[in-house]
Amino acid sequence: MNDCKPIHFLLNDREIEVREPAGLLVLDFLRRRQHLTGTKEGCKEGDCGACGVLVGAFDDAGRLWYQPVTSCLMPLGELHGKHLVTIEGLNLPAALSPLQEAIVREGGTQCGYCTPGIVVSMTHCLMEKRSAVTLDDMKLALSGHLCRCTGYGSLKRAGAAMADLWSADERAAEDGRLESQLGLLARKGVLPDYFPRIPERLRALQERLERDRTESGAPPTFRIAGGTDLYVQRGEEIPDGPVDVLNHHPEWCGVSRHNGTLHIGALTTFEALSHDTAFREVVPRIGEFMHLIASLQIRNRATLSGNVVNASPIGDMTMLLLALEADITLEHGGKERRLPLRHFYKGYKSLAKEPNEVLTRFSIPVPGETMLVNFEKISKRECLDIASVNSAIKLTLRDGVITGASLAAGGVAPIPKYLPESSALLVGRKPDESLVRELLPRIQQEISPISDVRGSADYKRLLLRQLVIAHFVTLFPETIRPESFNSGMQGASPR
Amino acid sequence: MKIHIDAPLHVRGESEYVDDLPPPAGMLHAQVFGSPVAHGRVKALDVEAARRAEGVVAVLTAKEIPGKNILGPIVLDEWLLAEDLVEYVGQPMAVVVAETWELARKALRLVRTEIDPLPPVVNPREAFAKGEVIHEGRTFALGDVDAAWSMCDLVLEGDVDLAGQEHLYLETNRARAMPREDRTMQVFAGTQSPYATQKSIARILGVAEHKVEVDVLRLGGGFGGKEDQGTHWACMAALAAQHTRRPVELVLSRMDDIRMTGKRHPYLSDFKIGLQKDGTILAFEARHYQNAGAYADLSPPVLERTLFHSTNSYYIPNARIFAVPCKTNLAPNTAFRGFGGPQGMVVIEAAISKAAEALGLSREAVQRKNLLKDGDEFPYGQKAFECQARSTWDRLVEQEDLVGWRNEIDAFNSRHPMHKRGLAIMPVCFGISFTKTFLNQASALVLIYADGSVSVANGGVEMGQGNNSKLCNIVAETLGIHDERVRCESTNTRRIANMAPSAASATTDLNGQASILACEKILVGLKALAAKQLGASPDEVAIVDETVTVRGEKSDWDWPKLTAEAWLNRVPLMAHGFFATPEIYFDRETEKGHPFAYHTYGAAAIEVELDALRGSYAIRKIRVVHDVGRPINPVVDLGQVEGGLAQGLGWISLEELKFNEQGFFTSNSLSTYKVPDVYFMPDDMRVTFLDAVENRRGPLGSKAVGEPPLMYGIGLFFAVRDAMRAFRPDLAFNFAMPLTPERVLTQLYPEALAEVQPSLQAPTPVGASTP
Repeated sequence: MNDCKPIHFLLNDREIEVREPAGLLVLDFLRRRQHLTGTKEGCKEGDCGACGVLVGAFDDAGRLWYQPVTSCLMPLGELHGKHLVTIEGLNLPAALSPLQEAIVREGGTQCGYCTPGIVVSMTHCLMEKRSAVTLDDMKLALSGHLCRCTGYGSLKRAGAAMADLWSADERAAEDGRLESQLGLLARKGVLPDYFPRIPERLRALQERLERDRTESGAPPTFRIAGGTDLYVQRGEEIPDGPVDVLNHHPEWCGVSRHNGTLHIGALTTFEALSHDTAFREVVPRIGEFMHLIASLQIRNRATLSGNVVNASPIGDMTMLLLALEADITLEHGGKERRLPLRHFYKGYKSLAKEPNEVLTRFSIPVPGETMLVNFEKISKRECLDIASVNSAIKLTLRDGVITGASLAAGGVAPIPKYLPESSALLVGRKPDESLVRELLPRIQQEISPISDVRGSADYKRLLLRQLVIAHFVTLFPETIRPESFNSGMQGASPR
Repeated sequence: MKIHIDAPLHVRGESEYVDDLPPPAGMLHAQVFGSPVAHGRVKALDVEAARRAEGVVAVLTAKEIPGKNILGPIVLDEWLLAEDLVEYVGQPMAVVVAETWELARKALRLVRTEIDPLPPVVNPREAFAKGEVIHEGRTFALGDVDAAWSMCDLVLEGDVDLAGQEHLYLETNRARAMPREDRTMQVFAGTQSPYATQKSIARILGVAEHKVEVDVLRLGGGFGGKEDQGTHWACMAALAAQHTRRPVELVLSRMDDIRMTGKRHPYLSDFKIGLQKDGTILAFEARHYQNAGAYADLSPPVLERTLFHSTNSYYIPNARIFAVPCKTNLAPNTAFRGFGGPQGMVVIEAAISKAAEALGLSREAVQRKNLLKDGDEFPYGQKAFECQARSTWDRLVEQEDLVGWRNEIDAFNSRHPMHKRGLAIMPVCFGISFTKTFLNQASALVLIYADGSVSVANGGVEMGQGNNSKLCNIVAETLGIHDERVRCESTNTRRIANMAPSAASATTDLNGQASILACEKILVGLKALAAKQLGASPDEVAIVDETVTVRGEKSDWDWPKLTAEAWLNRVPLMAHGFFATPEIYFDRETEKGHPFAYHTYGAAAIEVELDALRGSYAIRKIRVVHDVGRPINPVVDLGQVEGGLAQGLGWISLEELKFNEQGFFTSNSLSTYKVPDVYFMPDDMRVTFLDAVENRRGPLGSKAVGEPPLMYGIGLFFAVRDAMRAFRPDLAFNFAMPLTPERVLTQLYPEALAEVQPSLQAPTPVGASTP
């Protein structure tokens, strides 16, 4: 396609310029256009990790960093000015890296199909954690990957062995910056020799592109935020038309606090949010919640606005934003309007949004009182699965009395469900067991789950009951005990 | 150090799968149009619009098949492309061939059908009641069950509902076909059965088998899913290549692969068990209703293995096992690691649990009391020999201090009202051989080049299981040289004729034995030559660590010298070995015989922790004692045990294969069908190999290892049940698997479940909750 705008980036150790549709999947570009076949297609929906690659760029502070992503959900247009690293770009010319050697030694590969993606993610872990790498870090690196052969034991053993790669001196010399460690990583064979020059080459490329920057022409048929839902749903159509790659809008990313309000850019990714200092002050346990949400690769791509606009009745971050009483700002043609997120959903996948409006910002009130937030989720598999039911709650307290409450639940209605009556019932009350007992039947009146692949309607009702109990048990462990809700059980006592 | 020989390529992403091969000029891409309904009469199949679409070169239907439009590994009862009847959702009806993959996908949407719907059947009991069976039921019997019930102190009955399992090989089905001179066809296929694929392509194209070459370099996982069902896609690619006279590649998308291919068979089973008060099992009866899907595929032999393994590792003097393959409107279910064995074992384990609970005994006490020993007869007439059922169990129990372990769990449970731990042991006894006796044959070619490098061609397909690694190890050890000198070639029907599928855990056994025989033929000539030149008799010559020795003393002939001399002296350096497993037979009239060369044994202990508030659970710890005989390649063997275990754990807990009454899979993608991930598997996992017991029936004393470990996963169900009983000792729980959080929670809280029933709530508005 000659009318495509050029996309200019570093592909492993080569600088390239391609004229391809911006919406073309990076995976298809690699395999079909470049014949770089080490990157594999396993599912094309971000669940298996076989297509894993790294994308390198500079952050706002000018620090080079890499993210593992699934190339099956990433538009090529987003690579403009970045460094794309595939398995081919991690191989040393004539030897195995210490990680590759460990995987061979421990038997961490059998059929081999998932292996390149796994090597990419584990190598990223070594780039990021370096001398501090632990088994837990390696498990996180493996978490977005499915291996149907090994059972992961051998991969964990290989990962754990990487902790021994650094000497005490090297540990002491760590300065926390990837860029200054690239030479060491190359000397150790973790990365090939071209890597230490990448920051310089990437800066030069970016400066050049900055000068040539032009605005897009044709109106887009698709606006792609993270693409992690959009490509799963419409993947075969996207490359055919012009697209607006929203992640080229840095102005719509990031978190800031103004007085009693937290402003979050709509394109902030899950992963960026979970590491944001300002957000962590408001929701200190966000890291713990994130363990239950997607995989690292998906969290690196998935955005808050994508989650909210996709309007899945079971969106995890949507539930959290509802409980946090977020407002959203919609923009079109320079005009902005703001409305509460809970008023955004009109029906199943139906939004209070004009077609050309773009969601640009979330605003979350941060009151002065004690604020407690909890998130619960149950799915078939604990990690990287879609919930049967999820729920988030926010309570503000003064002198032991609930002054504000908002409760949201997913998988129990056609929309991400804010529960106004149940929330109202809590205000002005002391959090105790009798309050929870009063709350439980009220919740059932506000929900309308249906049976589907994620569970029967009855199960979802029962599960939300349990998760609401779990909210209170988690937030008030001293005063609310879970076993006191086992009413009607005969002999439900320890054996 | 032994490694998986493909590993150095795998970790660099340099190993080639079918669609990684450089594309030949002019290659086309094929995609498959499948039936939109589960059952119906085809009135019309309109492909004209698709034929006119951009980039489309051909759209092929049953009419375009030059040979016979018929397939099937046991019974020829399937169409390659449906004619006037469709019997499952996704049943292939047409193949669209276009210049690019994208254009083929687009043209698929233009295919139209007109189908008169017929009522679909998805439940095997319903199919059985309607007389819809693949073949009549079969019964294995030992002793006199009917007379035995009256001698029992306890007799009880129950039923088991067991779901299927998606293979989820990471590499979906694919093939590339190249039309070559003289109407020959070269096909690169992802199949566990190169010969069956060759045979099927020849039948579809109407040519002799020697016109078709099937080459398999490796599979990105098979697990049984490509034993028969890798064939279809290779046939379609070959058909398209024949028709267009251009190379054609066919790669199934993940969703098409899940929709169009069969799974592990779901079963519904009834059981009746009779015991003495002390836990001795006197009688056992099981009736298995196998959900076979729409065509026979491999259902008959899968069913047979259910019959073989319905008493697992136990001796039961009076047993009667009935099983019937029921025809339903689902994709034909097929081989999956364990091949019907797991389904049989679950039922006896369920019966033992229920009986132990009723007798007030521990499950382990009843299990241990009835474990097999040498001389015990299986219901199919074979007697146990070199039996390791008790030795593996006892080693596990002693090594892991089961009593102390159990005490710790009880102590934890008494301190934690809402968290309960549970423990279960799962013994496994699995017969090794194809139960179709004629398949127990294999050929290997060993080629030694004058420089001393060695090439092995065999009938086994490398699919990650380590067949090629072990073949190299076996050949190197037999020749007395280093592993690095040996490489395995792709599995190719031009090198090996009529190979058995790579299945039944027997691939390395059969092909390894054939390779040894080939090596031994060559060694005769090499030793005679060395003896003559070095002044000794042939039986005084050996090759040890790449050096020729004479009467135990090293000579100055190393291996390359020996092979070079052999060439110059016209001594043969290549040979063909053929192996057929001795001793085995089975009589299908009497349902008695000696079908297995030997059995593989082991036992696993699994501990879980249940979150009784949320209904979720996590695996805490696993210990396995497994018998691999003398391990040829411990890294490969450990990988098979750990990986098989993970697959079994997934099947029993989170892999929920759901289909609706209309025959649609609803868990049809990786976002709805979940398999074990790194966090699902416990960090605390240890496998011990039973101290090497030479198995004289396996190559170099080894035992087969592919399938048996999967069945350790069954123990997870009983461990969770143990934890559930600690929370609700007052309740009886069912035997429905997989044991999802939904099944756990709804069984733990029947009272609260009743409270939240929608009938007690306001009318439910119309809604949806699917993202």
